[in-house]
Amino acid sequence: MARLTPTSSHENPFRGSWLVRSIWLLAAGYLIYSINAMDLKWSRIQDGMGHAGTMLDRMFPPNFSRWELLLSGLAESLEIAIIASIVGIILSLFLGLFSARNFMPNWVSIPMRGFIALCRTFHPVIIAILFVKSVGFGPLAGILTLIVASIGFIAKLFAEAIEEISLKQVEAIRATGAGFASIILFSVMPQVFARFIGFSTYQLDSNLRNSTMIGIVGAGGLGGTLFSAFQRFDYDFVSAILITIIALIMFGEFLSNIVRRIFR
Amino acid sequence: MTTTAGIADTQTLLSIRGLQKEYVAGNPILKGIDIDITEQGIIAIIGPSGTGKSTLLRCINRLIDPTQGEILLEQQDLSKARGKQLRTLRRKIGMVFQEYNLVERLSVIENVLTGRLGYMSAWKAWRRNFSQEDINTAFELLEAVGLAEHAKKRADSLSGGQRQRVGIARAVMQNPRVLLADEPTSSLDPKTAVEIMELLERFALEKNIPALVNIHDVKLARRYAKRMIGMSDGVVIYDGPPEGITDDHLKQIYGGESWLV
Repeated sequence: MARLTPTSSHENPFRGSWLVRSIWLLAAGYLIYSINAMDLKWSRIQDGMGHAGTMLDRMFPPNFSRWELLLSGLAESLEIAIIASIVGIILSLFLGLFSARNFMPNWVSIPMRGFIALCRTFHPVIIAILFVKSVGFGPLAGILTLIVASIGFIAKLFAEAIEEISLKQVEAIRATGAGFASIILFSVMPQVFARFIGFSTYQLDSNLRNSTMIGIVGAGGLGGTLFSAFQRFDYDFVSAILITIIALIMFGEFLSNIVRRIFR
Repeated sequence: MTTTAGIADTQTLLSIRGLQKEYVAGNPILKGIDIDITEQGIIAIIGPSGTGKSTLLRCINRLIDPTQGEILLEQQDLSKARGKQLRTLRRKIGMVFQEYNLVERLSVIENVLTGRLGYMSAWKAWRRNFSQEDINTAFELLEAVGLAEHAKKRADSLSGGQRQRVGIARAVMQNPRVLLADEPTSSLDPKTAVEIMELLERFALEKNIPALVNIHDVKLARRYAKRMIGMSDGVVIYDGPPEGITDDHLKQIYGGESWLV
């Protein structure tokens, strides 16, 4: 076999770059600095394990004797999640449509996108604190919080789904002389409906989870019960609450699987 | 039919005058098209791809806005119509597409009934509150195109030829004054293509309306057209009966001659 004999000389394209190497070095340096600054030591984790052990010990067996309190918290969480999901999904339908760049002029879609991005900026806990301060303690603050969180997430997904549809079907419906609303209902919605259902059930799932947490800052639901149980060191009641939350989330998962199967 | 010079013929169904379209300023794709249509049956528009046949059809129902010129449908100017008036004019024009453009996730019968959307409110349409008359017509049309037993299937479960039949039924459902068909046979096998042309001809004659069909198969065009319009480079080169089109015309329209066997 004849050997390949190059006659020209080229620069090796795979030579390491000094810039990349120094960026890696810098990153490693910063990591070490941060660990020192945070005073992270293995001994603290070992001690922590011991505390966690005693806590787990006291959590067992779970104490369901105050089941009425538990159940009313659970019902409140469920209601917050369901109301917030339904209102949030309906609002997101419109917001998503208005921020889809292939259907709306820039002067509509850009402000809408900005608003949705703003809804997504803050963690639900921060939004919950803001709403508790403005509308007071209780489930209303929780519902408003989760509506904002839902918009931030699914309105954006809705908009992206609408931007990916086939415009051929839209063109055909437009050619029949249909008005704007009919065009949306008969050429856009059929193309995105199944995905919307998927996003919506996912959001319901996530709202259920969050509805058990916002109570910690006083926005209603099971989280409030959990927080006060922690503060009173009622670890057996805490474990009962945690088990209930697990059951709730699993139930939500089960429900959304059914919904998704129906609309496939 | 009486024609007076200088005054628009009141019998003319569709009249296109000086139609120009440029997507990029200074680079027109249609360079002043004049066409008058009074007759029923298939009118074939032939020409190489990129010559503006599709643009011409889409200007007629305003899926594309023309740059200049007028398009009169029953004496109403489509080129400047807006809003409600545009939609009312559009519903008089049924369109059949090269790639069928059915709403894939709707049922076949729903696709046919979308031909009525221009006649009803979105609220009624959303609740599928179609009149019994419309529903009967839709089923009759499906029967006429040979798809009655597929009415409740989803449109994306049909084959290409079947989809195009639904596309035609949808266009006819509008009770149109004109049919437009943009390369309706290009995505189909030769046998199905002939069947589609036959359907278009049949509906055009039954409804007593013209069907403007963009087509690049000259043989197929000659077989069905009552009139042929040859376009090249954004202008009309030939407009007359299919018998009158010569090899010289074809050379002028398509350029070269090696393809003429």
